[in-house]
Amino acid sequence: MAPSLPSFWEELWTARLALINGAIVTVQLSFAVIVIGTGIGVLGGLGLAYGRWFLRWPIRLAVDLLRGIPVLVLILFTFYGLALFKLRVSPFGAGVAALAAFCSAHVAESFRGALQSVPAGQGEAAKAIGLTFVQRLVWVILPQAARRFLPPWINTTAEIVKGTTLISIIGVVELLLATQQAIARTYMPLQFYAVAFLVYFTVCFAIAQAGARLERRYAYLRG
Amino acid sequence: MPPEPLLRARGVHKSFGQIEVLKGIDLDVAQGQVVALIGASGSGKTTFLRCINRLEEYDRGEITIGGEPIGYRQEGTSRRRLSEREVAAQRAHIGMVFQQYNLFPHLTALRNITLGLVKVLGKPKAEANRIALGWLERVGLAERRDHYPYQLSGGQRQRVAIARALAMEPRLVLFDEVTSALDPELVGEVLAVMRDLARAGMTMVVVSHEMSFVRDVADHVVFMEGGQIAESGPPGEMFGRPRHPRLQAFLARFQQGRAGGGPLTAG
Repeated sequence: MAPSLPSFWEELWTARLALINGAIVTVQLSFAVIVIGTGIGVLGGLGLAYGRWFLRWPIRLAVDLLRGIPVLVLILFTFYGLALFKLRVSPFGAGVAALAAFCSAHVAESFRGALQSVPAGQGEAAKAIGLTFVQRLVWVILPQAARRFLPPWINTTAEIVKGTTLISIIGVVELLLATQQAIARTYMPLQFYAVAFLVYFTVCFAIAQAGARLERRYAYLRG
Repeated sequence: MPPEPLLRARGVHKSFGQIEVLKGIDLDVAQGQVVALIGASGSGKTTFLRCINRLEEYDRGEITIGGEPIGYRQEGTSRRRLSEREVAAQRAHIGMVFQQYNLFPHLTALRNITLGLVKVLGKPKAEANRIALGWLERVGLAERRDHYPYQLSGGQRQRVAIARALAMEPRLVLFDEVTSALDPELVGEVLAVMRDLARAGMTMVVVSHEMSFVRDVADHVVFMEGGQIAESGPPGEMFGRPRHPRLQAFLARFQQGRAGGGPLTAG
């Protein structure tokens, strides 16, 4: 009698640790990229909105360049480019650097747009009561720009989570590569991709919901 | 010798590119005086008003408040521009109320007023709240203190904006066509607050198209035309015996508006 083949659930149980590790790497990657990319992007957006030409022009060049390159090319370029300069960076580090650069460019552009969408009269009214530039920014402009910045930022973070799948090409065992390794062992592509589908969807859906909730908190800005 | 005016402008010139919008404005405003700037749109009234608190930089001339030049320091024969922080400190003493209210939409009526008190004047929060509430009471909006601007009518927003400017205890207040964006039935409540302030001795420079308000409240009326002061004087003289043909035409349009049962505005 031929031995019975293990079911999908048995295979899933066997692969569970590898998949969980892959998911953890995906979350770590996403978190690092979003934090670093948002930090740099916010500074870039401030530079674009308020900087003098010698600050604004290089930022504009970098932003346009990074937004014009496919993410996959950026990842490969960063991975091999850093090695060319004898910089010993792990694939994880190179992946974070590449995706953070991509993320920061998008954040910089949407943050600039958000800052500049605050009506000029708001800044003037803040000036008229004697607030300094930093005070105007902190107490008047940023709270209003935040609401306009949130939707594109949420969109970018979801794109980043999805973009982490591309890091597998340089050998980082994140969720997608862990899934593919399980498939190579079990020949159950549909089932395991369905698992990956569910995990990615859950994470991105949660991000979108959190964003929507945050947006509702800014309801007082309407009208 | 007459006392030193609170606001003194001499030879103020301002151009936007090739277009010269102020061609040498001279104006004195004494403490407690209400000066109204009238004239057609594009005559330079608002630009001049914005030069007073340095929202616009002028090209030539000088503007002083209480003898202190605004935006620069005289050092011998040369002028040194003040830092952003120093100009901000000067602006804290010059209130301004805008045509579009420009209330901060993310702050309640009360917090719109306390922001400057706490962050600029450094007052403790409790004292700032007390002052702000006092001003909201004065403009008849104490019960709306926790309302956001979008929950207020245009007239209420403008009264909060006036309270925000006045709470800083400015030496003078600039009003830039503060009723122009309001529905006609809401104009009265804002003008009533301004009349109250004028009676209380507040020094005010008012750009307005509300001719009846100007005639009743202003101590001195300045008619601007093409970036210059074409005629100025007490309201009785300006409205009763206008000399400049453009002022005569300007006031005639206003009279026609009244005769036709239209709004009491001109320009």
